Amino acid sequence: MNTENIENPRVVVKDLNFFYGKYRALKDINLNIADKKVTAFIGPSGCGKSTLLRTFNRMYQLYPQQTATGSILLDGDNILDKKQDLNKLRAKIGMVFQKPTPFPMSIYDNIAFGVKLYQNLSRNDMDERVEWALKKAALWVEVKDKLKQSGMGLSGGQQQRLCIARAIAVKPEVLLLDEPTSALDPISTAHIEKLIDELKEDFTIVIVTHNMQQAARVSDYTAYMYLGDLIEFGDTSTVFTNPKRKETEDYITGRFG
Amino acid sequence: MIDLYTRRRLINSAGLTVSVLAMGFGLFWLCWILWTLLDHGLPALTGSVFTQMTPPPGSKGGLFNAIFGSLMMTVIGTLVGTPIGILAGTYLAEFGNRGWLAPVTRFINDILLSAPSIVIGLFVYEVYVVNVKHFSGWAGTIALAIIVIPIVIRTTENMLRLVPSTLREAAAALGAPQWKIINFVTLRAARAGIITGVMLAIARISGETAPLLFTALNNQFWSDDMDQPMANLPVVIFQFAMSPYEDWQNLAWAGALLITFSVLTLNILARVLFRQSAAAH
Repeated sequence: MNTENIENPRVVVKDLNFFYGKYRALKDINLNIADKKVTAFIGPSGCGKSTLLRTFNRMYQLYPQQTATGSILLDGDNILDKKQDLNKLRAKIGMVFQKPTPFPMSIYDNIAFGVKLYQNLSRNDMDERVEWALKKAALWVEVKDKLKQSGMGLSGGQQQRLCIARAIAVKPEVLLLDEPTSALDPISTAHIEKLIDELKEDFTIVIVTHNMQQAARVSDYTAYMYLGDLIEFGDTSTVFTNPKRKETEDYITGRFG
Repeated sequence: MIDLYTRRRLINSAGLTVSVLAMGFGLFWLCWILWTLLDHGLPALTGSVFTQMTPPPGSKGGLFNAIFGSLMMTVIGTLVGTPIGILAGTYLAEFGNRGWLAPVTRFINDILLSAPSIVIGLFVYEVYVVNVKHFSGWAGTIALAIIVIPIVIRTTENMLRLVPSTLREAAAALGAPQWKIINFVTLRAARAGIITGVMLAIARISGETAPLLFTALNNQFWSDDMDQPMANLPVVIFQFAMSPYEDWQNLAWAGALLITFSVLTLNILARVLFRQSAAAH
């Protein structure tokens, strides 16, 4: 009932349940993620929006207590299938985290690290790829003269764009953004929001955000979640101006959460 | 009645005063030790210390054989102990979250870490020296390596645990296999702390006397054969400082000065080098 009909969905989530040990954090989620659009997950803390995002690249697999049931289809393959090659999967699905996570290496190597996992590029091709990714992430102008310097020396906003460049350098199909601007100042946030708008030409983007204005600004579709349930899903303008459910309206108008 | 702000300022200055006094108390003894060391050691630190062998009482000599023996055993002991320590520490930090092996290893390692070094000397004596029937440089090296291992394991594990898990997740999200995450991301991020741990271990073993008494023993003459008893600074200092001969006592001071300042230099050097490489990155 929550699933809006989306033609040609890139990712199809079916009857997804997620457990931290015995605690059920996601309850029968059904959701379609539209191709080359931005889908936002909103909801109060602990509602499961980050958990849902982290099932898309099976991040939870790092932690033995965490399990998921149901299915998430990407190009017809079930992501949750144990037989699915995790590394190949993660080449198709990039992720950017809440806090910037530059690796302790040069700006150039930060980006080359991911590319080298999948491709054997010549020096020239790698240079081009690094430049391409940094340009896509709107960081090239600021760092082109210091590619050999550490990525840790950049400002928070630059670090986050470096992480976005690193994720798209692998040329994934889907880009997962987990509260990518919550640690950044308003100017860096504006940079990244503009970037998201440009990136959706090439990538399918899913963003988790605490900031409803941000969801309204950048997303095409919005999913409102509460206590592990997907309460409402639809195109962003409808969800924000004319929500079907009372709970959604309460949250969006700030009466709750 | 004083107002809240004045009260806080008074408490602040009181706290600051106590801290400065505590620091001064610590520094006082440290400076005194260093001063005494310089006072007695510098006059004894002549050129012959670096060229001549340890002398019999009453004649002139130096510490060359002891310096050489200490260097050999410390360097080899560190080279043997460090890789084992880093690998084991990495196992505990990166793979040690499930199963029983890691907690048991961690517990035993903590016991080893706090074991008196004389016990380690006796252990090597019992299992190695007794079997080959003579003291040797190798026995001393083994004892020193056994002291290095738990120190490096503990610091490596602690430093790796300080690396934020989001960094591991970020590397995993790119699809990197675990060995690449560990080699290129987490170990690099923890590099400064791990190097500090190795430095601590070197500082510790350069001054250890007890484990060498039972293993390398001492050698009055020049020897570069690791399979023979080997001269070394701590045991020479121990022997010479306790002796009634003034020449020997002076050489002991020179040896103590040498150990202290080589450890100090090594630490400063490591810090400078590391700061440069951190700035370059």
